[in-house]
Amino acid sequence: MTKAIKAISVAGLHKSFGRTHALDGLDLTVEAGEVHGFLGPNGAGKSTAIRILLGLLRADSGAARLLGGDPWHDAVELHRRVAYVPGDVTLWRNLSGGEVIDLYGRLRGGLDKARRARLIERFELDPAKKGHAYSKGNRQKVALVAAFASDVDLLILDEPTSGLDPLMEGVFQSCVTEERARGRTVLLSSHILSEVETLCDRVSIIRQGRTVETGSLAELRHLTRTSVAAELAAPPNGLARLPGVHDVDVQGTRVALQVDTDGLDAVLRALTESGVRSLTCTPPTLEELFLRHYTAPATAAEATAR
Amino acid sequence: MTAPAGTNGRPARTSRPLAGTGALLRLALRRDRIMTPVWVLALSATLISGVGSIQALYGTAAERADLVRSLASDGSLRAMIGPVFDDSLGALVAWRLGGFAAIGAAVMSLVIVVRHTREEEETGRQELLSSAMVGRRAPLTAALLAALAADAALALIIALGLAGPTGSATGALALGLAIGLVGLLFACLAAVTAQLTESARQAKGLAAAALGAAYALRAAGDSSADDGSAVPTWLSPLGWAANVRPYAHERWWVLLLLTAAVLAQGAAAYALAGRRDVGMSFLPARPGPAEGRIATAAALAWRLQRGAVLGWAAAFLAAGIALGSMAGGVADLVGENEGTREIFERMGGQSELTDAFLAAMTGLFGMVAALFTAASVLRLHGEETSQRAEPVLAGAVGRLGWAAGHLLIAFGGSAAILLCAGLGLALGHGADFGPVMGAVLLQIPAVWLLGGVTTALWGALPKAATASWAVVGLCLAIGWIGPALNLPETVLELSPFGHLPKLPGGTMEWEPVLILSALTAALLTAGLLALRRRDLRV
Repeated sequence: MTKAIKAISVAGLHKSFGRTHALDGLDLTVEAGEVHGFLGPNGAGKSTAIRILLGLLRADSGAARLLGGDPWHDAVELHRRVAYVPGDVTLWRNLSGGEVIDLYGRLRGGLDKARRARLIERFELDPAKKGHAYSKGNRQKVALVAAFASDVDLLILDEPTSGLDPLMEGVFQSCVTEERARGRTVLLSSHILSEVETLCDRVSIIRQGRTVETGSLAELRHLTRTSVAAELAAPPNGLARLPGVHDVDVQGTRVALQVDTDGLDAVLRALTESGVRSLTCTPPTLEELFLRHYTAPATAAEATAR
Repeated sequence: MTAPAGTNGRPARTSRPLAGTGALLRLALRRDRIMTPVWVLALSATLISGVGSIQALYGTAAERADLVRSLASDGSLRAMIGPVFDDSLGALVAWRLGGFAAIGAAVMSLVIVVRHTREEEETGRQELLSSAMVGRRAPLTAALLAALAADAALALIIALGLAGPTGSATGALALGLAIGLVGLLFACLAAVTAQLTESARQAKGLAAAALGAAYALRAAGDSSADDGSAVPTWLSPLGWAANVRPYAHERWWVLLLLTAAVLAQGAAAYALAGRRDVGMSFLPARPGPAEGRIATAAALAWRLQRGAVLGWAAAFLAAGIALGSMAGGVADLVGENEGTREIFERMGGQSELTDAFLAAMTGLFGMVAALFTAASVLRLHGEETSQRAEPVLAGAVGRLGWAAGHLLIAFGGSAAILLCAGLGLALGHGADFGPVMGAVLLQIPAVWLLGGVTTALWGALPKAATASWAVVGLCLAIGWIGPALNLPETVLELSPFGHLPKLPGGTMEWEPVLILSALTAALLTAGLLALRRRDLRV
């Protein structure tokens, strides 16, 4: 795979199920070799987008390319280079986990036996159990082992760690890190923010079938507010009138406020004019970042585009 | 919905094994609000409308007496349907349609019970329900009550609906009760199989196999005795239902026998249900290999379906041997009867009678094989809706290749099991190897057409895929009860089986075979083309 070709490029994708608009002009670009976080509240259209990329659903309109090919027409050829882990793995009740891992591997580009053995050990999976005997977390492990052991270029993981314990969550994270080190591309749909923060180079946030934000985490942080608390020599004046300042709370010489990253400089100037005794600046947490996008009204796209 | 009779926060003094039954029953009735009424109305309507057809055909007492005399000597028809006990209109309806309705009630009941017991456990839904105030035996009780409601409604509608047209409320009541009790007996039997296996499919399969065995026993018994008195007939609940003799000096004590069997089966189910863990079974699965050799979607399809194919093949072989060994006996029996010998000599002699029996049996095998084919094609539907198809199709597997694996088994498998049936018939009969095999193979185009219908429905209208069962069921009903009701030719030809020449004995015609094959090819093509274009149901 040449680096020039994007692993995934989606533009203006629409998909309706009856009257429900699952995707409403989705854009998504995943560069080759990156780990890309795919975030959004439940029902935002993440799984629909992934199923279109896998050629399981057909887009109503818009463009989608997967590894340079058409996900619908070239599905079979493309799938040799793709491993997929759904969020809810269903197994055949009378097939063992080991049989399913080998089947999935063979249905893709092939399976690395040594890596399979190592992964089974690391994930502490019993491959001889029959499908119905596995717990939710163990069913996920079956699909994860099959995906990580397959010889593919792109991993599409749709909430892959649901049901994994924290120890296994750690194993999963180191596996993804190794995949990136080997030059593979990962699209990771997830709700676990620490996982996204640790693993992802860039993230896309979608809401109601539309992309509301794309960029590196540093870029996204830039768009959020910093909390400022200060004790001043004299009561401040005119703070609330500064651009980008919110929730100002003045108690005598104590000040607490929120400020957009762009307005931080002006706020600090205004504070030093009154003489700063103490100052705490708290950078935005990832939770705040996501909550803002998840709960914002439909105009969030315009609001954050400022 | 809330669980009834709360304990106001006090710990219960007993384990209350039936707590929550009311709520679960309401849930079951709500889930079955379409399925059960359709079953009940379809079965009762078939019976009640049968009165009119028989009256139109055999309006006078003399005509009916003639029919009964000719039936008394026809072992093959007796094997298929059962003996006739009287020449009244009601007795003919009970003879012609009673057995059919009893089997229908049995299938309906076993589906209801497995649906609300093992299927709930297999899908994990029971776990959530059982975590609420639900007693250990409540799910089983609710399922059995749902089946009881359906069977009681069926019995009541039959009794009320037939009382007027047949002119005998007693006979109608006996027939309704016999059919309802057979349904209830198989509800309780399914309650037992649901405890034994871990999958709903196996539970239904075991119960259906028991139903098949009951039919075979009754058929074997009735082929040798014309009054339902043979030992095999008395080993079969379907034989008991016939031996209630509705409209022919009803034997009410036989209903007590059925009731006792219901209670015994029910008690067995309750004993088993209280003794096991939720989701577990008495026939636990063994661990499998740590490494797999399945490499293609087709190999996966074979792995998933091989058990069913081998089971059907063994059952068809065994049934073929059993029925084939009866073929000669049918002719012998008639041969001993001076009065009927004359009739059959006019009809074409002893060998013709054997041929007629063999032709009826091959037709029966063909229709039952269509059930296998439909079930096998619908595995694709099951894989798709259970989301197991999703990761397979996310591999380097084309949709056509994936579907082809299952379709090959559905179509090839039906031919294979029919060959087993033919082999069994020929072995059991001990003669006519070539003609019997030819007759069995002739069923294949009709079976495949129904496979084609199922494929087309699933491919083009996946939401309506399970409507294929209605199509197959209709064809079975037409083929089974149509000829004796003398339904118009246009109705008989709605079923692909109605177009096939009657072999052995009849003359071979290639035209229907070619037309059915062409139609099948067209339906398959349409279904697969639609599959390539549509969204996967996820």
